[in-house]
Amino acid sequence: MKNLLWAIPLVPLLGFLINGLVYLLTHRTRGESHGHGGGYGTDAHTAATAPDSAHDTGHDAGHHDIPFKGLHTVVGVGSVAIACLLAFGAIFDVGLKAFAEGASHTITLWRWIPLGVNQAVGQIHGGAGEWFVDVTLRIDSLSALMLAFVTFVGSLIHLYSVGYMGHEEGYGRFFAYLNLFMFAMLVLVLGGNFLLLFVGWEGVGLCSYLLIGYYYEKDFAADAGKKAFVVNRIGDFGFILGIFGVFALFGSLDFPKVFAAAAANPAAYTPYLTVICLLLFVGACGKSAQFPLYVWLPDAMAGPTPVSALIHAATMVTAGVYMVARCNVFFRLAPNAMIVVAVVGAFTALFAATIGVAQNDIKKVLAYSTVSQLGYMFLACGVGAFTEGMFHVTTHAFFKACLFLGAGSVIHAMGGEQDIRKMGGLAGKIPTTYRTFLIATLTISGVPFLAAFFSKDAIKAAVFHAEFHAVPWLPKALYAVALFTAGLTAFYMFRLLTLTFWGTFRGTKEQEHHVHESPSTMTIPLVVLAFLSVVSGYVGVPIIEHGDRIGEFLKPIRLPISGLEEHAHHAPLSVELGLMAAAVAVASIGIYLAWSWYAKGEGRTPARLAAQWPGVYRAVTNKYFVDEAYERVFVQGLALGGGRFLWEVDATVVDLIPNGAAAVTKGASWVAAFFDQYVVDGLVNGVANVFQALYGLFRRAQTGRVQNYALVMGGGLFCLVAAYLLFR
Amino acid sequence: MTITINHYLVVSFLLFSIGFLGVLVRRNFLTILMSIELMLNAVNLNLIAFSRRLSDLTGQVFSIFVITIAAGEAAIGLALTISFFRQRKTLDVEEARTMQG
Repeated sequence: MKNLLWAIPLVPLLGFLINGLVYLLTHRTRGESHGHGGGYGTDAHTAATAPDSAHDTGHDAGHHDIPFKGLHTVVGVGSVAIACLLAFGAIFDVGLKAFAEGASHTITLWRWIPLGVNQAVGQIHGGAGEWFVDVTLRIDSLSALMLAFVTFVGSLIHLYSVGYMGHEEGYGRFFAYLNLFMFAMLVLVLGGNFLLLFVGWEGVGLCSYLLIGYYYEKDFAADAGKKAFVVNRIGDFGFILGIFGVFALFGSLDFPKVFAAAAANPAAYTPYLTVICLLLFVGACGKSAQFPLYVWLPDAMAGPTPVSALIHAATMVTAGVYMVARCNVFFRLAPNAMIVVAVVGAFTALFAATIGVAQNDIKKVLAYSTVSQLGYMFLACGVGAFTEGMFHVTTHAFFKACLFLGAGSVIHAMGGEQDIRKMGGLAGKIPTTYRTFLIATLTISGVPFLAAFFSKDAIKAAVFHAEFHAVPWLPKALYAVALFTAGLTAFYMFRLLTLTFWGTFRGTKEQEHHVHESPSTMTIPLVVLAFLSVVSGYVGVPIIEHGDRIGEFLKPIRLPISGLEEHAHHAPLSVELGLMAAAVAVASIGIYLAWSWYAKGEGRTPARLAAQWPGVYRAVTNKYFVDEAYERVFVQGLALGGGRFLWEVDATVVDLIPNGAAAVTKGASWVAAFFDQYVVDGLVNGVANVFQALYGLFRRAQTGRVQNYALVMGGGLFCLVAAYLLFR
Repeated sequence: MTITINHYLVVSFLLFSIGFLGVLVRRNFLTILMSIELMLNAVNLNLIAFSRRLSDLTGQVFSIFVITIAAGEAAIGLALTISFFRQRKTLDVEEARTMQG
């Protein structure tokens, strides 16, 4: 099974090709078929006598039901399910215990970029110093973890999409894109070197763009797609510079080689690693929506909800965390870069959580919640708790996918309504959705003994015990931010739950009539994900001996660095319990406030607060005007203003040269024009006149009567035979 | 009087000329088709005559081919005739001259 590693990304790719081709060949867009019908209409007598009007009826059928829907469903869901089975097969083939002891499996498919021999750099290749990049798939404990939840959550969300996207005309297109995304994500996860990681990284970016802009006829969706693409390019620019740096420094891009080299001889590389780490982190910021590049993720909610769940919550956006965890050797050697990661992560967590408090779109709240949770993960990586960060990535994938799919089910039930002010009282009407949403909300809020309680607690404990030699007070400040953010998270999530499911219905009569529970293809994934968001935390139980199984599983990725003392903190039990108690207390306060303000007080207190501090309220509801500032500074200022400045420079300075040249050219062109007019044109017109005379002669022969042609043919034949007989 | 190959050739030539003339001068689509059949059969006769004279079966094989193809040609020609008639309500080939230069 482990030698079938190449098949894991291949199967979704085949799914993409089949779905995409079938969709391309069978779909009819509305505009096309109209044009076609019109064409028939103008040719009136053809239509009247044409015996084959079957063509038109075929068109009409295409509008009502989706062609090849069954095929798209089977191929779309099946390919990912097969990939999931193959992935688990490969993981268990190597064995969980072996992974925890540092086992890995690598298959090299082919030599991708041979770059020849370079004597100057090539320390870690030994003698020859050959530069090359291979297409290498590699599975170790970190990629096994990613692989497992990506394929599993991916399968569930594909299944969910069958119900959610069932009425869409672009059903086949959706599954083609989704399968392509799975392919790219699996390449990202399984890639054994930086460049293959980057290929997957760009691939998921492309699919993200395609799927955000899925409803491309709507302006906001197309714009959101473009925004995501452009913002991600900024991050990717940093990322690829970082990759160049790694290649220049190590002469290789293979993960095991470069990390082993850096761990074995840190002194040689440390001076450069801070820059490389910061560049890599810029890439992570773009993909994982960290401040200041987070702006695309909330807008990305313009895509269909399964996309938000799969790409913008569970898998793609965690790629940045995965990459940072993968490069933990580099980051551990660059403490200053670590401080940046931690501070950016903590700031993003707090910043996004405060925005989430005042959003009224059910998906926007979840989007800011995702940004905030990603901030948590980076905070963990920043304090060196890479395994804890990955632990939260995993639990987050389950509960946030559950929340998004639940939100999708709510939107489905409400007939497309996303404003939580127009919901309320849905608990009794869509019970399965309500129960799963409640469980996921309790989980993300950090209620004890659910998944996120363990993963968040692990992060907070790691932050509390972290040591920054440059800024000794920083960890405690970061801990305070993380704790406050946890409270905010509990508050806004329960605000969302209360406004959506409790109280009385606030929408229109038709909406109330329309509300219905979703089909089972949608509720089954919800139940499975809700179950996982309860139990998935138990792989990382603290305090108990051998309770932190996920930490031990991921331990091999933390290569020991020679000469670097890193000691695990074994805080006394009382401190651990105290931290947990603080987390529970803060979460309870958040939940209580949300309940008393929105369920009991029916929103009077928040309204009063908003009236009391209008400035603060305005800033928060408008997302701190970050988009507006970007618009002013980058779009207006840099792109347009810079363009105007360059235009001025161009008009005054640069134009002197062309103006002078223009005068010379003018003189020369007068001479040339004379030559052209009389000599060249004379020739051209002369040739044309000859042909004109000839065609007048020849066109007479083309009468269009077959009999004339036959007569000429017969005459010609007669002449030829006669000539032959005469002159032989 | 024995029948030599010359007799066959003369008959074949006459048949062919009649057919060719028919193709050239008649206006009716169906008549032209029939004239073409006549020309094809003249060729068949010619082929078989030489086949017999040279004791070589190739000529007969060819004529069978020609008959087969002629059957197909007649079918297509008749189909064209029908669809032409449906469009123009006439069989006059003078009407089929919209492709002139």
